Amino acid sequence: MLRLLTLALLLTGSILAQAAPNDMYPLDSEADRERFQNLTKELRCPKCQNQNIADSNAPIAEDMKNEVYRMVRDGATDEEVFEALVGRFGEFVRYRPQLEPRTVMLWATPAIVVLGGVLIVIGVVVRSRRNTEGASSLTDEQRQRAEKILQTDESNTTGNSGPRT
Amino acid sequence: MKRLFLFIPVVLAITLGVVMYAGIGKDPTYLESALIGKPVPVFELAALENPDVMLRNDIFSGQVSLLNVWGTWCPACRDEHSDLVWLAEEKGVSIIGLNYKDNREQALQWLQTLGDPYSVNLFDPSGGLGFDLGVYGAPETYVVDAEGIVRYRHVGVINEKVWRETLEPLIRKYSQEG
Repeated sequence: MLRLLTLALLLTGSILAQAAPNDMYPLDSEADRERFQNLTKELRCPKCQNQNIADSNAPIAEDMKNEVYRMVRDGATDEEVFEALVGRFGEFVRYRPQLEPRTVMLWATPAIVVLGGVLIVIGVVVRSRRNTEGASSLTDEQRQRAEKILQTDESNTTGNSGPRT
Repeated sequence: MKRLFLFIPVVLAITLGVVMYAGIGKDPTYLESALIGKPVPVFELAALENPDVMLRNDIFSGQVSLLNVWGTWCPACRDEHSDLVWLAEEKGVSIIGLNYKDNREQALQWLQTLGDPYSVNLFDPSGGLGFDLGVYGAPETYVVDAEGIVRYRHVGVINEKVWRETLEPLIRKYSQEG
């Protein structure tokens, strides 16, 4: 009986713990709630730099969450929310930095590396194909000559090895 | 030609090494303020010493000042306080305080016991101006020029070294421009 009670308590406890974040930021529509969740996951806490503001308990993250909540409630677009926070804390708070002159290399490097890899693979394939084609593209005359050389070589070998045995 | 290709890994390794070496010793928690070159956000806050006196952006006009964000809850602020007093008294620097998310009585008591280096103190218990400034860790100190434009932000404690190497040259530079 005691065990069952503990289990029930733990279960309700965990349900309450999960419900807490939404209760603190009540929003009318499901769409807005989802938007708030996504925005707070996309924004980085400047104080605790490896956390998004949804996970962070730092006071600054709380302030940022409140601001995001206020803006979402008042009907601001995602872009407006990002701009408001980037304007205060800098590009740093975006987990996905925007494409601008300063971040061009950041976005272009993966593409450049992939392109380089593709070029190397193409090079290797083309070269190996050229080699195999070259081997089979002897003219008839060349082939006959080659066979003749091989034959004489063979007879030479047998001729040389003959006296030794 | 083929031999040259053999050097590609070496070149790549050296480039990577240089890039990574440049990152060693850099403080990853240092962030440049998003407000550099922009005016101090518009505010209207009561003075710490007197709730009836409202202070606005014009307190910055006329001279280059330091805007120091502090609170009695912040241990590092206590560390730098004696240096702020020294700057105000010995160097004649105009320091404007932003009392951030603090309690008025405690703040006033702090100034009484430790000395008051501030020409004026903004009282921001809700942290509204601090949030607009992008304050993420007190103490922070901003260099604000005579037109109220933010020129520099220092995050962390101010001491004689920071003053000598960073703040004094900046204040001199923007005082001459003004």
